[in-house]
Amino acid sequence: MNLENMYQEIILDHYKHPHGKGLSENFAAEVHHVNPTCGDEITLRVTPNEDGTLAVSYDNQGCSISQASASILFDQLNNVTFETGSSAVDHIIAMLQRAEEPNEEVLGDGIALVGVAQYPARVKCALLSWMAWKDAAIQATGKGE
Amino acid sequence: MTELDVARIRADFPIFNRTVRNDRRLVYLDSGATSQKPRQVLDAERDFYENHNAAVHRGAHQLAEEATDAFEAARATIARFIGAQPDDIVFTKNATEALNLVSYSFLNATLKAARSKPLPIGAERFVLQEGDEIVVTEMEHHANLVPWQELCDKTGAVLRWIGLTDDGRLDLDSIEFTHRTKVVSLTHQSNLLGTVNDVAAVVAKARAVDALVVLDACQSVPHMPVDVSELGVDFIAWSGHKMLGPLGIGCLWGRSELLSAMPPFITGGSMIETVHMESSTFAAPPKRFEAGVPMAAQAVGLAAAVDYLNALGMDKVAAHEHRLTQLALEGLAGIKGVRVIGPTEAIERGSAVSFVVEGLHPHDVGQILDEQGIAVRVGHHCAWPVCRRYNVPATTRATFYIYNDDADVAALVEGIKAAQKFFGVGE
Ligand SMILES: Cc1ncc(COP(=O)(O)O)c(C=O)c1O
Repeated sequence: MNLENMYQEIILDHYKHPHGKGLSENFAAEVHHVNPTCGDEITLRVTPNEDGTLAVSYDNQGCSISQASASILFDQLNNVTFETGSSAVDHIIAMLQRAEEPNEEVLGDGIALVGVAQYPARVKCALLSWMAWKDAAIQATGKGE
Repeated sequence: MTELDVARIRADFPIFNRTVRNDRRLVYLDSGATSQKPRQVLDAERDFYENHNAAVHRGAHQLAEEATDAFEAARATIARFIGAQPDDIVFTKNATEALNLVSYSFLNATLKAARSKPLPIGAERFVLQEGDEIVVTEMEHHANLVPWQELCDKTGAVLRWIGLTDDGRLDLDSIEFTHRTKVVSLTHQSNLLGTVNDVAAVVAKARAVDALVVLDACQSVPHMPVDVSELGVDFIAWSGHKMLGPLGIGCLWGRSELLSAMPPFITGGSMIETVHMESSTFAAPPKRFEAGVPMAAQAVGLAAAVDYLNALGMDKVAAHEHRLTQLALEGLAGIKGVRVIGPTEAIERGSAVSFVVEGLHPHDVGQILDEQGIAVRVGHHCAWPVCRRYNVPATTRATFYIYNDDADVAALVEGIKAAQKFFGVGE
């Protein structure tokens, strides 16, 4: 089944045992993003640390792909700089559009999401948390595109 | 009553000649979103374009005459299908536009009355005062909810709604209609729960306070015999594309004295009587509500869809769906971890069957079904408040129509089990 490309073991693992789920009390910016076609939702908070990196916390509900993707995002983007995070967001978008080959250094387990590119309807699920992070990080830092 | 010959019906639908996802047989269980189209409908549209195409109600040439005749003949066919007069049928883009047409009649009458502008005789029925009430139900499609919310925001009217019981029925005792209740708008069949509402009971309550009743018939006209002369409502709205017809055409039926009393909605060419630089007067219904060059080919296609359904017999269509629904409900009840959202017995219910699978998100269920060639819809089905009411983020929904058979139901049941197995949930 082609599906196994999308639902790799590592994705299902993140889905069943999400990393970092739960909102922290302190935050500089909070965003709430939804996928209106299926009702997936995420609340994501970003707080600048003293060293200039950004701490992330989130709470969400949705399908395996959106949940796993948020868990992976936490692994990759918690306590990184705005610039590092932004380029990871750009990369995952490009990967899901098949414009770039998966880069494990940037995305970690996120490279396993590459199978989602075969199912255009699911790309939104995979990107929900990453777009939310970008939105919150811009608000928290005042940095633009 | 003999049953539908599904094999023969399927032969009329070119789409069933193709396969999906790695050569799987297409099991199309998403007719609630839009139905597939038989060759007869496609041929009728093609014939219009190839042999009679012209702008309807314009031009002095033979083609214009033929196009106009075809368009008006289609209106008559569609009107007969629901027991109505042709002039009481207004063509719209879809049901959403038809429902907006009604809600905007209230807004436009209210705005014009406030400025003492001319209104059709009888338009007072559509003039709202601050504090007037509009009643909907908690099971409405967004198309029959958001337009009324907007109307309330703009006029100061108050939106109230009939709540739902735990088993997916209207809780008619959940609100009282009052003398301030001006309009009650409800769905005939819920697109998410499958519930077929007791329209007569709502009409009786509405009549007692002299409120108008609007019926969203999107999920009833395609699936069961509907006769407006028996329903007792004032308006019904539905879409052609869910009943074998083309995309881009919907219908509003209204009582003729009400349509005549309504100010126009979309304005421009075709809908006028006289035009001066300062102001204009408007045509009688239905033309008053059909501005611009109308969708004649789609009307002709929809009439062909009506002919197709008439040839099958709507009683048989309803009986066929009822049997498949019963089968599906039994099948789903037999899977551990599957819960139907909506009536669990095939009583006063149509073929929209929504369910959740414990431990699985609907999107993932839909994906595994899709891999097996089974097309279902996942999400909130444009009825988000219904999901909230039953505490589910979304559902998976199967809907059955004339071209579905027992094998399709069996495929669904097996498909759900496969999804459970794939994700390691259930038994
Ligand atoms: C009950 C109900 N009402 C309204 C609509 C809106 O129909 P359309 O999108 O064709 O305007 C639908 C279709 O999804 C429906 O099922």
